[in-house]
Amino acid sequence: MAQAPINKIINFSSVDGPGNRMAIFLQTCPFSCWYCHNPETIKACIHCGDCVLTCPSDALHMIDGKVVWDEDKCTQCDTCIRTCKYSSTPKILEMSAESLIKRVREVKPFIKGVTVSGGECMNHPDFLLDFFTLVKAEGLGTLLDSNGFRRFADYPKLMEVCDGVMLDVKASDPAFHQELTKADNSMVLLNLEQLLNTHKLQEVRIVILPNKPDENERTIRYVASIIQDKAPLKLLRYRPFGVRDEGLKELGMGNTSLEEMNRCLDLAKSLNVKDIEIK
Amino acid sequence: MTEAYNIVTNKTLTYQQQVIQLAKLGENTDTSIYVDPQFTKAKEEGMICDLFEGALPYRPRYIVPDYSILMKNGSAFLELDPPKDIWEATNALLIMYRHVPSVTTFPVFLGNLDSLLDPFIVDEKEAEKAIGLFLLNIDRTLNDSFVHANIGPQDSKAGRMILRQTERLQCAIPNLTLKYDPELTSDEFAALAAKTMLVTAKPSFANHRMFTSEFGEGQYALASCYNGLRLAGGGYTLPRLRLNNIAKNASSPEDFINNVLPKYASLMAAHMDTRIKFMNEEAAFFKSSYLVKEGFLDPKNFVGMFGLVGLAEAVNTLLGKDSKHGYGHNKEADDLGVKILASLDDFLSKHKAPYSENSGNRYWLHAQVGIEKDGPDSSPGVRIPIGSEPEILKQIQHSTRYHKYFPTGVGDIFRFEETWIKTPEALVDIIRGALSSGMRYFSGYCENNDVVRVTGYLVKRSEIARLEQKEAVKNDATILGQGSRDLAHAFDRRVVK
Repeated sequence: MAQAPINKIINFSSVDGPGNRMAIFLQTCPFSCWYCHNPETIKACIHCGDCVLTCPSDALHMIDGKVVWDEDKCTQCDTCIRTCKYSSTPKILEMSAESLIKRVREVKPFIKGVTVSGGECMNHPDFLLDFFTLVKAEGLGTLLDSNGFRRFADYPKLMEVCDGVMLDVKASDPAFHQELTKADNSMVLLNLEQLLNTHKLQEVRIVILPNKPDENERTIRYVASIIQDKAPLKLLRYRPFGVRDEGLKELGMGNTSLEEMNRCLDLAKSLNVKDIEIK
Repeated sequence: MTEAYNIVTNKTLTYQQQVIQLAKLGENTDTSIYVDPQFTKAKEEGMICDLFEGALPYRPRYIVPDYSILMKNGSAFLELDPPKDIWEATNALLIMYRHVPSVTTFPVFLGNLDSLLDPFIVDEKEAEKAIGLFLLNIDRTLNDSFVHANIGPQDSKAGRMILRQTERLQCAIPNLTLKYDPELTSDEFAALAAKTMLVTAKPSFANHRMFTSEFGEGQYALASCYNGLRLAGGGYTLPRLRLNNIAKNASSPEDFINNVLPKYASLMAAHMDTRIKFMNEEAAFFKSSYLVKEGFLDPKNFVGMFGLVGLAEAVNTLLGKDSKHGYGHNKEADDLGVKILASLDDFLSKHKAPYSENSGNRYWLHAQVGIEKDGPDSSPGVRIPIGSEPEILKQIQHSTRYHKYFPTGVGDIFRFEETWIKTPEALVDIIRGALSSGMRYFSGYCENNDVVRVTGYLVKRSEIARLEQKEAVKNDATILGQGSRDLAHAFDRRVVK
């Protein structure tokens, strides 16, 4: 069975899809967004060993050229994450779908389903197929939280066992998307339409930026023209917590204003989107 | 100066609170009931506590009348005809509440309010007004946090009105329980209850299937803090073993279970026997009260509640563990906790309880929530100490190993971040999972509410602030909440994010 690097498992989450869900965060992401709150999920560990030297709890060791994390000794102080110069973390568990489903079974009575996020979950499609097949056999729901970088239509088997995708649309303007994420958005926009047409679009999420009202408006107009009243839209407020210096330089130290959030809400409403939530 | 003088000159007590304390003082001058000197010694040494129940029980501790009889027959003693509309129904109940005694002098059970009131709902606007006024009257006149109402398990118009008005009023009283069964309770009603619980700290969720399997269909009620009692009956008496202190007298876990604990359990059971015999054979209550004569109560439905407190600290003392690595965090400690409860349950199954026909002629365990004077080294019942709680999943899984031993009451409390208010259906998922896994009673509230659940009862933070300004406040229990906050860190529960 395929394995995947697991960055984090949250047993109970009320903010990753309908009901109470287990949320699983996979490591690595093809985007590098200005506002990324978890930049340590972007890259795989290169085992340089810098963090081994700074760990105050003796929870990291270099064994056979690899950084090994001792979960029991770890106090979750995150010194390693602050030390890392490569947008990564040593606190990764390589897990197979079979070992992860055991964790799910323990929580089964309490949850509606699982949501796999990241990093970018679609960096590990083989693992997702194995895992969701097992989750479905338990009678639980399966959602992906994705940036839409990979074409979902290329994974028909996975989409059969996936209830839906919560899709981030970072920006509709290709040039601005490139600037914001250091990646191209043509596949994201293609996925937006295809997921909607195949009834797999759980919701669309747009991060509303504090100082780019024109980009906010452009993206909302584009998304609204596609989804109209057929899918829910979440407008997420930019918050500087956890954001790297590069992002803070572009977006600042303050939250997006409530005025801007409400302007975007009203705009989306005027464009016929029915189910809109500000978060 | 006498104790009476101190009561009469205390400016933080209302008139009503002074009357209650003076009455207790008078009761305790009597020595008719035999008390074993060994029991008195155990009490003085802090091994057993009688919860200041009084020397001469002139009524059972907790009374759970079957109010459906009032709806059907009215009451000859109270000179009330059966009510014909929502105003007469709520008025009849309010009148009767004044005539239902208990250890606090207030009624600890107000009825399954939605099933009592739903038949009278004709004009919904009028009914909602009546229910709002009814709840307001209860908070202002039955001013004690151990006054407790039930709703559910079925969804109803009256149930929804009670929840809406509960949220609007933001009162500490009455305590409220939803009898919850995922097969009988609609998801929508459960979500409304969960949202109300987050913003008002009530209702709590009771495991309807579990209680029904023990008491029979429609035969139980939740009273006072979270006490499971038989309808048309109640609880005779509730003393408690202070396990945290008792454990200090044992040389090993085996010594505790085989020698030390049985000694104190026997003393307490014998003390309960004496009091219950007195209540049935000598006190006037069961012979003369209209509640018995008119069928609101049947003495056979009463049970002696065998309380305990501080299991966590007892286990940690016996194993030499601290609270971060012991009970709730360690399999050996948790297993020992189960073994202790199993041994007490076994002891009770062999002790024949008097006048307890409908309870299998035995006493039933009760996980007592503690009192403010217990201090920080005595956790409520079987709970994990505040400040050492694991994540919510582990805490729930832990509780499910213990709750089955406590038909007369046990529960746990969770404090949530404000964001959960937006997703009450996610909270219902957790509660449903907890109850189906064997949890008996689930309480919750949001971290910054004015109304908060202390240990099993509710208080308003704003009332505690008034008490701190040396003002008298209506609610009897506010001072208990203040003590639990200061001495037992009861407001500092881990927050579920």
